[in-house]
Amino acid sequence: MSNLLEVKNLKVELDHEVIHKDLSFILEEGEMLTILGPNGAGKSVLLKVLLGLLPYKGEVIWHKKPRIGYLPQNLSHLAIKNLPLTVEDFFKLKEGVVSKKLIIEALEMVGLDSSVYQKSASTLSGGQFQRMLIAWVLILKPDVIFLDEPTSGIDIGGGQNIYTLLDRLRGEYPLTIVMVTHDIHVVYAHSDKVLCLKRKDRSCFGEPKTILTPQLLEHIFGMKIKFYEH
Amino acid sequence: MNTQVILSLISGIMIGGIAAYLGTLMLSKKMSVVAGPLAHLAFPGVAIAILCGFNLAFGVFPFVLFGAFLIWMLERKTKLPMENLSAVIFAIGVGTSLLFLPIGKAEEALVGNIMHITFTETVFISILSLGTYFFVRKIYNYMMLINIDEDLVKIEKRDISLYNLGYLLAIATVVSLGVYLVGGLITAALIAIPAGASRNISKGLIQYKFWALTFGVLGAVFGIILSIIFHLPTGPLIIVSNAIIFIFSVIIQRRGNKV
Repeated sequence: MSNLLEVKNLKVELDHEVIHKDLSFILEEGEMLTILGPNGAGKSVLLKVLLGLLPYKGEVIWHKKPRIGYLPQNLSHLAIKNLPLTVEDFFKLKEGVVSKKLIIEALEMVGLDSSVYQKSASTLSGGQFQRMLIAWVLILKPDVIFLDEPTSGIDIGGGQNIYTLLDRLRGEYPLTIVMVTHDIHVVYAHSDKVLCLKRKDRSCFGEPKTILTPQLLEHIFGMKIKFYEH
Repeated sequence: MNTQVILSLISGIMIGGIAAYLGTLMLSKKMSVVAGPLAHLAFPGVAIAILCGFNLAFGVFPFVLFGAFLIWMLERKTKLPMENLSAVIFAIGVGTSLLFLPIGKAEEALVGNIMHITFTETVFISILSLGTYFFVRKIYNYMMLINIDEDLVKIEKRDISLYNLGYLLAIATVVSLGVYLVGGLITAALIAIPAGASRNISKGLIQYKFWALTFGVLGAVFGIILSIIFHLPTGPLIIVSNAIIFIFSVIIQRRGNKV
């Protein structure tokens, strides 16, 4: 695998507050990198910096020009349920998505029945909705996807299905994933690399099984964390 | 049917249609309320037009477009919500116009003058309405996405701020056109009511846009016809027609829910 993204000595400052400093890590093609950390550690900020949505100092070097898909944290039922959008309408808001065939293929890829195509997006269950969002991100076959807490608001079973789905997709084509989550078990079971963030401080970067010790997790989250290694 | 009625109907259909179409976007962005303050900003322009004796359009359009630009600029500088800035602009518009607006001569600006529209004005209204329609249609999907999450549009390296400016200028144009049809006091209703009625009965985006446009056009046509029959002011009758359509949409929605 070759390097896709290199971050060197990153410093992010918002409203005169330092969110990240001296942050360096490498993302390889086809890898799944999880960004882990407590609330306020700047996980979503880091995603936005990598996407070029926020200003920074230091270096963010993309070694290729990848096609990027992004699922923001607050893209939820709440944001969409007040809009009169069917699933079809929601997909067609995205530039380049015009064909019914393409949409149905994307829905089926994430395990949704093609019958949801005409349904109102707000009537989907939490699990169906998250799958639809992931299909929306994947429909134009991006090389890299950024997922900000993709399983928030859905139950454990639904969340597990999403991670299993992502694993399956990575098996089908060289998809690189950068994901923010609070779920340590997910990191062990599905991630190739983990970047742990503690406020204003890079805490760790590497393979989860090597670096995520109970002591380190306690240091990051400020409390004892129970976890079961898969 | 005489020429004046035909000109009024053409202008009414154009303004009612584009106001309703833009209204679908504004309702989705929870911005229907912004149209009201912008319409009130027409009053200082109306006052100047009346005092100087020139066509209302030359007073209304510059003031409302400037107001929209001011809201856009202040939003960028202050980060205050658009509703709040609209309230500020509204207060400035009404406050300054009350100082020198000759109320007795301002009926046209308060309730519209669509029954006295000229051929040239009809052509002007038609061109502006169609131009605004095609512009809004072009930015519609992006504005919907911005409404859901701005970052979805930003990652495509598109300038959100320019989209917002274009959107606000479209609102300002429609609001200025609305002053012709129903006057500055109730222009917001042209934008809010057909979109709201359509939202009540629509199951998807295509239906939502189609029914809003249809209701906007029907409201204007019914209002103009009722005004001719009953010899009452056209502007308020257009709004009453829209309100009746809205009530029907609520009934249809309730029946739909029961089924």
